[in-house]
Order: sequence, then structure tokens, then C-alpha cells
Amino acid sequence: MAAEAKEKKAIVEISELKQYFNAGKKNEVRAVNHVSFSIYEGETFGLVGESGSGKSTTGRALIKLSDITGGQITYKGEDISEIKRRKDLLRFRKSMQMIFQDPYASLNPRLTVKEIIGGALKVHGMAKNGKELTERVHELLESVGLSKQFANRYPKEFSGGQCQRVGIARALAVEPDFIIADEAISALDVSIQAQVVNLLKELKEENNLTYLFIAHDLSMVKYISDRIGVMNRGRVLEICEAEELYQAPLHPYTESLLSAIPTPDPETERQRVRTEYDPAYHHYDDISHVKLHEIAPDHFIYCHKDEVALYKKKREKLLRQKKKYA
Amino acid sequence: MAQNVGNKNSEALFHLVDAVERVNFPDSAAEQVATDGDSYIKTIAKRFFKNKVAVISLVIFLILVLTAVFANQIAPHPRDASVGRFQAAPYDNFYLGTDDIGRDVLTRLIHGTQVSIIVGLGSVLVYVLIGTTLGLVSGYFGGFIDSIIMRITEAFMSFPFFMVILTLVSLLGSGIWVVTIVLGTLSWPPLCRLVRGQVLTIKEQDFVLAAVATGYSTPGILFRHILPNVLSPILVNATFGIATAILTEASLSFLGVGVQRPRPSWGNILSEAQSLRVLTSEPWRWVPAGILIFIAVLAINFIGDGLREAIEGETKS
Repeated sequence: MAAEAKEKKAIVEISELKQYFNAGKKNEVRAVNHVSFSIYEGETFGLVGESGSGKSTTGRALIKLSDITGGQITYKGEDISEIKRRKDLLRFRKSMQMIFQDPYASLNPRLTVKEIIGGALKVHGMAKNGKELTERVHELLESVGLSKQFANRYPKEFSGGQCQRVGIARALAVEPDFIIADEAISALDVSIQAQVVNLLKELKEENNLTYLFIAHDLSMVKYISDRIGVMNRGRVLEICEAEELYQAPLHPYTESLLSAIPTPDPETERQRVRTEYDPAYHHYDDISHVKLHEIAPDHFIYCHKDEVALYKKKREKLLRQKKKYA
Repeated sequence: MAQNVGNKNSEALFHLVDAVERVNFPDSAAEQVATDGDSYIKTIAKRFFKNKVAVISLVIFLILVLTAVFANQIAPHPRDASVGRFQAAPYDNFYLGTDDIGRDVLTRLIHGTQVSIIVGLGSVLVYVLIGTTLGLVSGYFGGFIDSIIMRITEAFMSFPFFMVILTLVSLLGSGIWVVTIVLGTLSWPPLCRLVRGQVLTIKEQDFVLAAVATGYSTPGILFRHILPNVLSPILVNATFGIATAILTEASLSFLGVGVQRPRPSWGNILSEAQSLRVLTSEPWRWVPAGILIFIAVLAINFIGDGLREAIEGETKS
């Protein structure tokens, strides 16, 4: 891949992130458990995993919607848990934005589209007067493919896809550098998904954005991501480049996820075999040597150090097979 | 075609879907999906005005408000002057007769409207401000702050309401403004709980998270984003609150601790019926006041019901 040629500069570094709910109590939930990864400037990092795997929790911790239990998150070289003063917080909020899963629930039903998008502009003092605000809102609506006549309407009058576009316009309003798309397309039907993903891609080019794209659907993630992280039960199990993940999925959970993608072709669909995944696979009695090990350049697997050689062999075998069929 | 679409070609598929989408649904077509809807307030108003009883009640209430505002202009006689015969049944232009010192009963009723409206609206304004703010803060922050506010609320609710009002009014002196403020500062707990309960569910919704992520300050989130979503229950509660306040003022005045004579209020006019002679043989002196209280409270309750139905219809449709 040509990506190595580019100089990679991490915009987000997550190290040993822990997010426990009800910590110390009987019903403690370890939603995110020792998660580490980096996101490079200008890339789209896909984070996939089943429901409850902790991917959204990671996203929310990253944008400071929750206080983390342990670990460290640095954004542009700054530890985000150190951001406390209102001025610094505003700067952080302006730089990082989020698109939410449920297009209806993420828009305030009592505010008009103009108030929703304009509110973001007002908070960051990005419009001098009412006229400028209106113009900017219209511009934003047009940039996400909506008519400016929508500005004075309420979210309930829109379809899901349109609401999601409003949500995207709100995120873009403050001209951020980094956007977290938290299952931004899961609630939409497939044709609208394609529209929204294409829109996100276009906007990324135009505005030099970096994305963290959280999803449970690998087919869509592949289409948009440069690198992909696979999560399950609060841990990152595999990180590698998107192409590599589909060429040589090494962790059994990744294989299982890949085998679950439905194909729009009845022939292949009939032959598709769903690989089961046994979660016991990443339960190790002795975790002293268990961490993300680099199997190949930029390809990490969560495993015991004794398993590294095994995975290396598996990768070579898979790549050889692919070559044979290609 | 189908054979070509393998796993590897999903990318191509999305381009295809996208291309099809663009042909079938160009951006302008999307506009037709959105209905040319009314604003939230307008929808509720429309539904409210379909309810005949509520509309009639609203008209009655507005007449009462106008009467209160223009009491000086409408009243046929001076308020406190002895202008007619003593204890006379209706005669000439004394349409509702006179009281024991020759004051016109109708004039005093008209001025009494002022008291009821001021106490009703004023005390509701006070308690809505207190109850809403405390409810918002309590529900949004939760934890320690919530416990403190809820304990205070419970303390307020466990006072014997009427006793406290009696004590306070007799301590602070009894004027129309004292009654208003005291009623206002004692009536907020139920509203506070109502608002808190609503906030508890609303604050978990994504749009509140979105507001946090956008960078709104906490007051901004509370008043710009959460408050508009609790306005309707507050409005309904406030409407019923007006009726309750009018009744309470009338009761206080009846007991002689509310608005003091010579200033008339429906309650202290009614209190003249404490004398057995007035009660049995001079009905013109107290029956109209009773009827007015009845009509005012009934009308306001109908308005409240109408509002609630209009708002609930909103969530159903």
C-alpha cells in the first residue's frame, strides 16, 4: 500500500483507555478495557464490533462526553482530561465534532434546523450578526445536499436521511478537524447509507477532515476506512489497514465478523458459511504477555506473545491463497 | 451482472447504488418528502381551538382578565363609597344590590376580579420560576444536588399547607402582594418534581449529548435545549395552578387573613355570608361572588384540560 509513503502524524492517541461503569460495585461493567490505538491525521479510522463491544463508549470518551476511568487520551498532543477551563473546552469542542447514530433523537425536536445549526455557530461566536448566521446556515445546508428552505422547519418533518444530513451540517458548522461518526449510517436504509457515506467522503476531501467511523457493518466500513480496528468485549482485537483486513483477517473474531457480511448475490449468499466465534478465545489466564502484537507492518493482533508466530504463519498462508485465486 | 458482485466488488456496488440514487432522487426531489408543516406551538393551538368547551372557557377567562384590567372604567359606582341604601336588594342602577354600608355589590365584584387575577397569575408566575429552575437543576445534575433539592421539596410538601399560609400571612401582614408571594413560594414543589422527572428522561437523549459536544454551556443546555421540551407540562400545570391560587385566595379572604377590607375580593365578599342573616335573607350579597369563583375556576380547569389534550394529541400523532 502507498500509505507508508505519506508521513503519518497521529492526531489522536489512545493509550490503555479504561471506561468502567458502576466501578467497584457488584454490577461493574468494563465497557472499555485497556484499549490503545492511534488515529493519523487525514485518515478514516474504522472501529467495528458487535453491539456492546465498547466502540461507542470509546468514541464518547474521546470527545469528552464521559469521564474516563483510566488511561490517557491525547488529542493533538494535549491530554484531554486536562482540558478543564471553559476557553480550552470550547477550543476542543470546536476542533472535534460528532455525528450520532439516531438521526431523529440527535436533533432537538423543539428547535428549527436553523436554530440547531445556528446554535453551534453562536456558541463559538462564528457569526457576527443574524444575517451572517442565516447565510452560513444556508451554505451549510447546501453543502450537505439540503435545500436552504429547510432552515425554518422542525426535525420531525424530515426523513431519516435528511435528519442525518442536518446532523452532519451541525457537526461541520464549527469547522472541525476531527469528526466521530458514531454509527452514523446504521439507522438508515441501504440506499440512503450509500448517499450519506458518499457525502461524508466528499466532505472529508473538501475540508481535510479526519474521521473515526464507528460501525457494526464491515461492508460499509471497508468502503470508507483507511485503517480498521476490530473491537469485542471492550478490547481491540485487531488493527490493520482496510485492504489487509479483508485479505488476511487473522483474529478469529474478525473472521467471524467478515463471514457475517451478507452479499447481494444469491449464489454467493447461499454458499456463505457463518464462522462462529468463541469469546473464550481472548480470555487468557495469565495476561502478562497478552497485548497487541505486531504480526506484520501495521497489523496488530491482541494475543499472547507465544501466538505471534502462529498468526504470522496464518497470514502468509492466507495471502498465498488469495494470490492463487486472483 | 449478479455473478460479478462478489465480496470484493461491494465498493463498486455502492457506487452503483449511489448512481441509481442520484438519477432517481436528485437532491431537489428530497424536498418533497418534507411536509410544509406548522411550528409546534401552531399545531397545538390548532388542536386547542377545535375543543369548543376549552375555547368558551378561554373567552370567559379573557373577559375576566379584561374586567380586572379595566375595573375602574367598567364599575358603575366608586369602589369604597357608600352610595346607595343600606342592605338593599337590587334596585335602579344597583344591579346586584348594596351591602351593609351602602356600597354597590357589582362594583365590588368587578374590583374583586382584579384581586383574583393578580393573585392567580402572580403566584403562578412566582412558583413556575422557582419550580422550573429547581426542577431543571435537580434533574440535570442528579447526585448530591438532586438529593438536597428533593429533600427540600419533600419538606415543603409535608407542611400542612393551609396552616403555613395562615401563619405567614398573619405574621407578614395581609395584603394582596403578600398573599401572592406566599402562595407562590409555597406552591412550587409539585411542579419541581414534575419538571425533574421530565428532565431525567430528556437528559439521556442524544440531542442533549449533541448539545454538550457542540460546546453549549450548562445553562445553555438547560434553558435552550431541555426547557423547550418540558414547556408543555409546565404550561398545563400552571393553568391549573391559577385556579388553585384563586381558590386559596378566596378561602384566605373568607377566613379574614387574605385581602383586607375595604379592598374587595371575591373571598371577603363571600365571607359576609358568615352572618346568618345575610346567608338566609340577603342572597344578592354573596351568591354572585360564589358563582364568579365557580365560573372562574371551572373555566380555567377546562382550559387546562384542553391544553393537555392538545399537547397529548401532539405526542400521539
